[in-house]
Amino acid sequence: MSGFERHRRSGRLIADFSGIEAELLRSLAAQLVELLRNEAAVPREQDPFEAMMDFSGPTNAPEDPVLARLFPTAYTDDDEAAAEFRRFTEGALRDGKSTAACTIIDGLEEAGLPPELTEEGLHFDVELDEPTAETWLRSLTDIRLALATRLGVEEDDEARWQAVPDEDPTKQAHDIYEWVGYLQETLVQALVEG
Amino acid sequence: MTGSRRSLCHDGRVSAASPVEVDPEVTADEMTFLAKPWVTIVWNDPVNLMSYVTFVFQKYFGYDRRKAEKLMLEVHHDGRSVVSTGSREEMERDVQAMHEYGLWATMEKSS
Repeated sequence: MSGFERHRRSGRLIADFSGIEAELLRSLAAQLVELLRNEAAVPREQDPFEAMMDFSGPTNAPEDPVLARLFPTAYTDDDEAAAEFRRFTEGALRDGKSTAACTIIDGLEEAGLPPELTEEGLHFDVELDEPTAETWLRSLTDIRLALATRLGVEEDDEARWQAVPDEDPTKQAHDIYEWVGYLQETLVQALVEG
Repeated sequence: MTGSRRSLCHDGRVSAASPVEVDPEVTADEMTFLAKPWVTIVWNDPVNLMSYVTFVFQKYFGYDRRKAEKLMLEVHHDGRSVVSTGSREEMERDVQAMHEYGLWATMEKSS
């Protein structure tokens, strides 16, 4: 993996993935889709008839800290306005984010990642046009936010992570978080410099 | 989100579509303030890349690189930055877009 670069002639964004790297990214994107689709929104207190007639969105912030970070409260000093904002935006945001994660999964599979990775030493290029690359950027952000929230990443905490022994699973998860960051950084640079 | 749902959502409140009654006593500065009473704020977080935040400000708001970088550095160093100003409806659209990009954004009445 050398990160993304812009192809001079076609203008497309290209990165070389090993099968293992692609498999890892696919599994992270798939976990995000599952979280976004399966985690039911926190139900509101309401009478049964109202509940049946209600097909609008949620009004309370999600309990899961990852979802709470992905869908922040828009009004800090007005609970009623915050609830209304959430009701009218969270559904669309959830759909958009899961569609974006699916774009990553589809892109990896179209590039050559089989449904089940069995072949050793598999390598292939992932090629993205600009709009697709921008969708990847958004979803890589969501994946990084999810990992960072679970890991408890804080500002300027690199020294803390360096002190964690290699065999610690949190260290491995943090390495993956850093790798997704590297992937995103090269993709932004390739897009901006193009 | 559709336009009709928005107006339903904020029925009776100030919106861009409401007819504006101009008070002759109001000065030009106050007029600007009344016309743009809301702000979108982006907050610092330990995850988002500086390059990505700059990219988002350029891409979504159409700011040039210099302005986008200045706002990004404000977020990074001061913890927050006002990234856009406008009607309540416009700011709701901006906040939603920032959430789509994974930035931590809120809105409030401009002080």
